Amino acid sequence: MLEACGVSSPEELFAHLPEAVRLKRPLDLAPGISEYEIVQYFRDRAAENANGYASLLGAGVYHHYRPVLVDTVVARGEFLTSYTPYQAEIAQGTLTTIFEFQTMICQLTGMDVANASMYDGSTAVPEAAMMAVRATGKGRVLIANSVHPEYREVLRTYAKNQGMPVEEFGYVPEAGTIDLEELDKKMDDLTAAVIVQSPNFFGIVDQVKAAAEIAHKRGALLVVIFTEAVSLGILEPPADADIVAGELQSFAISPCYGGPFAGIIATKEKFIRQMPGRLVGQTTDSRGNRAFCLTLSTREQHIRREKATSNICTNQALIALMATVFMTVYGKQGLRELAVQNLAKAHYLAGKLKPRFCGKFFNEFVVKLDGQSPDDFNRALLKKKIIGGLPLGRFYPELADSMLVCATEMSRRADLDAVAEIFARSTVEVMA
Amino acid sequence: MYPENFRYTKEHEWVLAEGDSATVGITDHAQEELGDIVYVDLPKVGSRVEQGKSLGSVESVKAVSDIYSPVSGEVTEVNSTLADSPEKLNEDPHGAAWLVKIRLSATGELQNLMTASDYQTYVGAEK
Amino acid sequence: MITKVRSHISPNESLLFERSSPGKMAYQLPDLDVPPVDAAEALGADNVRGEIEGFPEVSEVEAIRHFTRLSTWNYAIDYGMYPLGSCTMKYNPRINELVARTEGLAWAHPYQPEALSQGCMEVMARVEAALAEITGMDAVTLQPAAGAHGELTGILLVRALLQQRGNPRKKILIPDSAHGTNPATAAIAGYAIENIPSSETGVLDVSALERIVTGDVAALMVTNPNTLGVFEENIIHAAEILHAKGAMLYMDGANMNALVGIARPGDFGVDVMHLNLHKTFSTPHGGGGPGAGPVAVKKVLEPFLPTPRLKRSGKRWAYDYKRKHSIGRVKAFYGNFGVLVRALAYILAHGGPGLRNATVDAVLNAVYIRKQLEPYFDLPYSQPNMHEVVFSDDRQAKLGVRTGEIAKRLIDYGFHPYTVSFPLIVHGALMIEPTETEGKMELDQFIDSMISIAREVESDPQLVKNAPHGTRTSKVDEVTAARKPVLRWKG
Repeated sequence: MLEACGVSSPEELFAHLPEAVRLKRPLDLAPGISEYEIVQYFRDRAAENANGYASLLGAGVYHHYRPVLVDTVVARGEFLTSYTPYQAEIAQGTLTTIFEFQTMICQLTGMDVANASMYDGSTAVPEAAMMAVRATGKGRVLIANSVHPEYREVLRTYAKNQGMPVEEFGYVPEAGTIDLEELDKKMDDLTAAVIVQSPNFFGIVDQVKAAAEIAHKRGALLVVIFTEAVSLGILEPPADADIVAGELQSFAISPCYGGPFAGIIATKEKFIRQMPGRLVGQTTDSRGNRAFCLTLSTREQHIRREKATSNICTNQALIALMATVFMTVYGKQGLRELAVQNLAKAHYLAGKLKPRFCGKFFNEFVVKLDGQSPDDFNRALLKKKIIGGLPLGRFYPELADSMLVCATEMSRRADLDAVAEIFARSTVEVMA
Repeated sequence: MYPENFRYTKEHEWVLAEGDSATVGITDHAQEELGDIVYVDLPKVGSRVEQGKSLGSVESVKAVSDIYSPVSGEVTEVNSTLADSPEKLNEDPHGAAWLVKIRLSATGELQNLMTASDYQTYVGAEK
Repeated sequence: MITKVRSHISPNESLLFERSSPGKMAYQLPDLDVPPVDAAEALGADNVRGEIEGFPEVSEVEAIRHFTRLSTWNYAIDYGMYPLGSCTMKYNPRINELVARTEGLAWAHPYQPEALSQGCMEVMARVEAALAEITGMDAVTLQPAAGAHGELTGILLVRALLQQRGNPRKKILIPDSAHGTNPATAAIAGYAIENIPSSETGVLDVSALERIVTGDVAALMVTNPNTLGVFEENIIHAAEILHAKGAMLYMDGANMNALVGIARPGDFGVDVMHLNLHKTFSTPHGGGGPGAGPVAVKKVLEPFLPTPRLKRSGKRWAYDYKRKHSIGRVKAFYGNFGVLVRALAYILAHGGPGLRNATVDAVLNAVYIRKQLEPYFDLPYSQPNMHEVVFSDDRQAKLGVRTGEIAKRLIDYGFHPYTVSFPLIVHGALMIEPTETEGKMELDQFIDSMISIAREVESDPQLVKNAPHGTRTSKVDEVTAARKPVLRWKG
């Protein structure tokens, strides 16, 4: 081969590089290690993490069981090691599963069309906001502060550079739902989108219909976010939304310390051309057989470049496939049953912990602690190998005495009882 | 091939002026270069357009091209049949697939544009 | 003579919704160990949905058969070479998949106490350090989820620094050979774009650069080697021109597979760059994602990096949220941790020497392909190429056959097509990147196939123009798909 290349050593292949750019020493990285040593390295790292703990954490990332079929399917080299399906003739496997994915997201959310996924729920928010700006020609965004705090941070990072003013509106302290009066007051004719989350960050089922009325009255679009996809198994989908954006991590995607996840954007038919991200469409091949292909590509960066609907180049295909297999395994009955089990577990726990808000909730709720800080309570729980809920003071100073707890189908009664017992004990101590 | 009574731009648009009203479209050369047209994005009735500025775009599967207005004025009519049948633009770009009608704000602008024979030479040279 | 493939029966398969019937199940939930609740009571009757209409109902065996059958319709790296330029379709080591599923890592919740997340934080710190060493930069953020996301982050960092200095400036310069994400990113970051044409040798035209760089220019976004696979020999000079005017040099790291262990962007004047872990660092493409797009910066940009950042607190890792100059978050949580694990496994497996060898092999393979195909395909630029090579279809176009058609004919030979019609500065481009994964046998089969097709163009052009002939799905009607989009099953 070297001969064919006209060189006598591989180093000559780099001879044309300017001297000044050449790295003149080896990389300061340890030499390669064996497969066994690599496994051991990560085992050691895993051992430095929490192992064998029960958990009350939700807040945008949920512990749900991952059916074994999910990894069986995504382990197949044809799915794992294939490229973006630009060449439709040899990628019908991927294209078909994406088409099925798009369909199922529509069925779940009540929207007309869904894309082939965004990076995650948090980045789907600014994408949805930019979509609303394109669709309405207006520039301002109103967002509920009961939308996930980190999602709002991401929106601000994007919005700052788009000259997109973002203003927040709050929640009603008793119910934990959005403050409709405040929204109405802050609403104006320059608003492109009103963004709410349901169930919201506090786990509360929010006032989507009422928010829609306020938004639509002044010519804005309603964007509804979800972070707990399992909730769609039992909750009425947000039919009044113009855009639904959310996170699918609950559908067999490991928490994996925060990523990779898969977000989605789904919308009404009339906004199709404003959608970011890949879309798979149905068509036929030259022999008349049904076939699928990437379509409406002219929205995207590789064609429209600076006028593209987004700069996004990826869809989280493998992650979306995990979600697709999950939705297939549970199916129409299973997803509902799963959601109802989540409801039961969380409401059982809530019966013993007394939720702070009176609004209806799915599998998460806020607990107010009396006489001890959430951190102290969590320390007591850790002694029982239970990771407690998320202390809210870090995101909501007015809720520094409270925490957000979550129970899913994986929460065991014994652990929930242990939490309740520690809670009861601490309350008694306070009263004493 | 290129109607005598049209005027043409370097960006391959045509305009037919009648008094203070004009009809605008893209040329046969343009539709051929674009290939199968899948979507046309046109302005709303009442919008103002300016000579040389984009008034919309034409899309094929793999490309988008801006449509540059040959004249300045106000859009009075938009060819709505193209929404359902964008393929008309490939079939009859000089006739049934006109894009917009404009009420001219300045009739003098037509002088800057090419005649049919100039345009024919221009696209012949491009090839 | 097609030797790599021959016909084979492959199963048909309908959509899940067409296979469904009421009552079929593939799941079983455990019995509830807490009292059941009535959904209408708990949520309010108005909030309870009806059934999920149309949702699949299939058995487990139908599910596994469904996805298995569909998988047989895909090409994949596990099957054979992907010559796609700038995609770096190298082998996805299976050890990556195993370690990414280590329970203590895969199950870790981003909000679990820092004391119980030290393993994850150590992994992230190790990746940051390795990438900083490889790129010759001072600090790395792992938050961006993909290359384009990393690009946006990088440009936002530039904006933040320039803003602090008094003027964020108005435009970004982008070569006409750039990937589409570059201008799209610049636009989202709120900058206007100015194209800088390449010189007649295909590289950055420094005299043009000198003229164009004004106080209005925030940065130049460059890919190095460029999308022709050619090293930007004037990069140091370009960096000097930019820095003299207070502008920055951004490097798109998509082509790092040509540089790892050989040259470091930090050493040739780059201020900020992103990496594509799913390209250079072997994490799987998975049919279109996930990826990860870490961003590496020089010290001057470090204060602006996304929050939070890892810091050492005694013997442990902790997060620093008190970063008042930070551009904020670009994504929730910390980054695509699962992808970082895979990239680290790759780095550990190769080590310093191994990573450099991979680069050498990658370049050797691409140069080999160039030499073997030069007699048959037009080479528009004659400089030495690195890890990829770009031909043009000029010779074949004279006979009426274009690059897209040649690419489709390559499918009949058992290969995935190369990158078609990109970069735009080459007329009818054929962009080929073999990566270090391919051995001589696979390369020779690819080369023989391309030569055979070049001959077919002369003897039987219709055969090439109407390709592919052997695939289960023939040429797909993309025009109707775009004119009348059908984006979901309706039943």
